[in-house]
Amino acid sequence: MSFQSRYIASHVSKGMRLDGRKINEYRKIEIEINPIEQAEGSARVKIGDTEVIAGVKLEVGEPFPDTPNEGVLMVNAEFSPLASPEFELGPPRESAIELARIVDRGIRESKCIDNEKLCIKEGEKVWMVLIDVQPLSQDGNLIDAAGIAAITALMAARMPKYEDEKIVYEKTHEKLPLKEIPIPVTCAILDGKLVTDPSLEEEDAMEGRITVTTTQDGRICAIQKGSVGLLTMDIIEQAVEHSAEEGRRIRELVKKSL
Amino acid sequence: MERGDGRKADEMRPIQMKVGVLKHADGSAMVKIGKTIAIAAAYGPRELNPRHMQESDRAIVQCNYSMAPFSTKERVRPGPSRRSTEISKVTREALEPALFLKDFPRTTIDVYIVILQANAGTRTAGINAASLALADAGVQMRDLVTSIAAGKVEGHYALDLTGEEEEITECDLPIAYMPREKKFTLLQMDGHITKDDMKGVIRLAVKGCEILYEHQRKALLEKWSKEGFE
Repeated sequence: MSFQSRYIASHVSKGMRLDGRKINEYRKIEIEINPIEQAEGSARVKIGDTEVIAGVKLEVGEPFPDTPNEGVLMVNAEFSPLASPEFELGPPRESAIELARIVDRGIRESKCIDNEKLCIKEGEKVWMVLIDVQPLSQDGNLIDAAGIAAITALMAARMPKYEDEKIVYEKTHEKLPLKEIPIPVTCAILDGKLVTDPSLEEEDAMEGRITVTTTQDGRICAIQKGSVGLLTMDIIEQAVEHSAEEGRRIRELVKKSL
Repeated sequence: MERGDGRKADEMRPIQMKVGVLKHADGSAMVKIGKTIAIAAAYGPRELNPRHMQESDRAIVQCNYSMAPFSTKERVRPGPSRRSTEISKVTREALEPALFLKDFPRTTIDVYIVILQANAGTRTAGINAASLALADAGVQMRDLVTSIAAGKVEGHYALDLTGEEEEITECDLPIAYMPREKKFTLLQMDGHITKDDMKGVIRLAVKGCEILYEHQRKALLEKWSKEGFE
């Protein structure tokens, strides 16, 4: 363990963080709606110096055979070396895939998209909702930034027209059929304590990580434990409580930004 | 002649440039020309691995151009394509002449360009951003590299084509140019035009580059004066 990591862990035990935040304090969140005009919907989310753009594209494709009357959702993340010298070119590695899958799970399991309304012709044609996450700066907690950007981009999206079996990429006023706002909140575990919204340095030092995605009614729609650390029942309960509370605050922020 | 978006033949779309936009890159820049948005990061000179790629007498330049999947009307499939591979190569070759590679043997200078939104002229916007990112990273340069395309639309030479104009132009001719050295570092053309037209179009593009050069200098000064290097 590096000196910095030990320093960070030892200060967490005294309730202190390198950037002066409280243990349970989130960094400032900034949300920009539709920075990318060509996308059906997009959002730029900054959490401190972490920055992510998520874009929603809509295509028409075949439904899965087991859900012939439901739209298709896909979340993809590419970690470009723009965002961090640690990232390398090439197909997504495990951390990018994990991130995309956590975001995907939050959206899918919260049933946030009314999938049946995305059916154009049962068994043949449905709308495919493709969410792409492009990190611009990795300064810790990319997962939350990606999750918040993805749901905000969905909420900001407008359906293109579909005429004569072809998509006309011209914005209409019609929104995506959404009924939930899932929000992920990630905490690092340092010195056995939950540390909200870890910075890059804290991520390097952390023993473990837990992401809890909650919906408006405070129910949980996705959980992911990350990194090698151990969790106690107590920590899990704390994380769920805290994420629901922080999630509520962030959800209001998202609604206000639109 | 009036163009589709009301511009004059030798007029560029609105230009916006910002240096130092990414926290973790050694140098970075955002260039917006009309609706096209390019963002570039530069790293280096830094150690090059694997070692067999090292050149004992100079640095190498590695360049990657990619488009965000949501940057166009129809989603771009993530990952390299034949197009992005070619653009990465010509971009690298457009930037290399500006750098003093012999000063940094065995190292690499890496440039990553992501197109966040595309409406024609993405390679040229990318080169403008990359050149700024390299300057921002403190890499010594002979000159800034500027880049723009010109064409011939409805019988008139036209600077900085839009996506709509690209459909009807007689030629699409992007250049990269070092204004102080008056040297070209990228030249491509597709279309079908006379020699005279080619010369006219290139001259117009050079004019565009000179305007871009001023924007680049201003963007760099804006950042450096903020940091106290007047």
